[in-house]
Amino acid sequence: MSLVFAGICSHAPGITGRAERADPELREGLYSNFNKMRLAIEATKPDALVVIGAEHFANFFMDNMPAFCMGMAENYYGPIEDENWLNIKRHKIPGNPELSEQLITMIMEDIDLAYAQEWKFDHGIMVPLNFLTPDYQLDIIPVNINCQGPPLTPLHRAWKFGQALRKACDKIPERIAVVGTGGISHWPATPDSGKINEQWDRDFLEKWKNNNAEALLSYKDEDVYQDGGQGGFEIRTFISVAGACEGNTGEIWFYAPIPIYAVGCTIGSMNLSKS
Amino acid sequence: MSLYYVQKLIYNLNRDPDLVFKFQEDMTGVLAQYELTTAEMDAIRKPDIGLLYVSGVNGQLLMHYAALREYEWDDYIQAMKDGLKKYGNVKAGYYSRTGGGAV
Repeated sequence: MSLVFAGICSHAPGITGRAERADPELREGLYSNFNKMRLAIEATKPDALVVIGAEHFANFFMDNMPAFCMGMAENYYGPIEDENWLNIKRHKIPGNPELSEQLITMIMEDIDLAYAQEWKFDHGIMVPLNFLTPDYQLDIIPVNINCQGPPLTPLHRAWKFGQALRKACDKIPERIAVVGTGGISHWPATPDSGKINEQWDRDFLEKWKNNNAEALLSYKDEDVYQDGGQGGFEIRTFISVAGACEGNTGEIWFYAPIPIYAVGCTIGSMNLSKS
Repeated sequence: MSLYYVQKLIYNLNRDPDLVFKFQEDMTGVLAQYELTTAEMDAIRKPDIGLLYVSGVNGQLLMHYAALREYEWDDYIQAMKDGLKKYGNVKAGYYSRTGGGAV
């Protein structure tokens, strides 16, 4: 088994860009759990970290929007946003094109997957990397699921992508860590920024923790939009990780609504004891 | 409103520092490269963040355009609220107010 770590985390730009405006106790709780995730990933000695993200029109636009895309570059760059706005310095981030090509080739047997040899990371990947690989030494393989430009990638396809990723990882000797990053309920970059549906979030996380495919795939976009806002569409990234870990259950290490970060901040992992 | 091209311009500005430089030097010239109405050009040029929001510009694009035009975060949020009061609810796209949740 080459999938050595699987987790989920938030990526809201406020986590770094408006860091000081949050309740210090909540911020410390979030940051310490990001650090716990960093240590957990490092302990598995991965050869690469696959980040399943939901980018926000940094690389993909409605002129050619893939349902799924995986990076196949030697290097990536980020953040694409203003460094001061995000409070993350611009970095060159190592990729692994040979490993990417192997994974993409195998995943394509099951999923129509686009690939990209250029990719500028936005906050959706840079905020997690800022905490999880702060020295930018680990090879990163980015994945994007269209959570922004409708028609969106169906939830059951996000699950299938996770399954296909796992199947591919199982066929190679490299040790792969995967992190899905997105929001649960949030209304980002709108006048309602800061609104969080905590009960809806906790209900979703319970289903994720139990890896209940039927429950996770029963969400309808119109209900997600109403109850979880625009940002709720990013549950696709968490569902992909659950699909990659089918048969295993997980733990939520941290969950707290932090309105100035505009999301219920979340850190969790799947137990990979069952292959 | 040709929402697609308004968003395409902002998408390109977010990705391309050279375009930002040209935009700051010759805004009219850059706007002429896109299929925009006079009202759209005015909203971008001013900028009228509230009108752009109500017209349906995705917040994930608009917040960066607001930052480019030197709006602080709180001012950006207020500009959208002012737009709702002045122009009514969001006319297109997913970035309207939906209710639900709690602040």
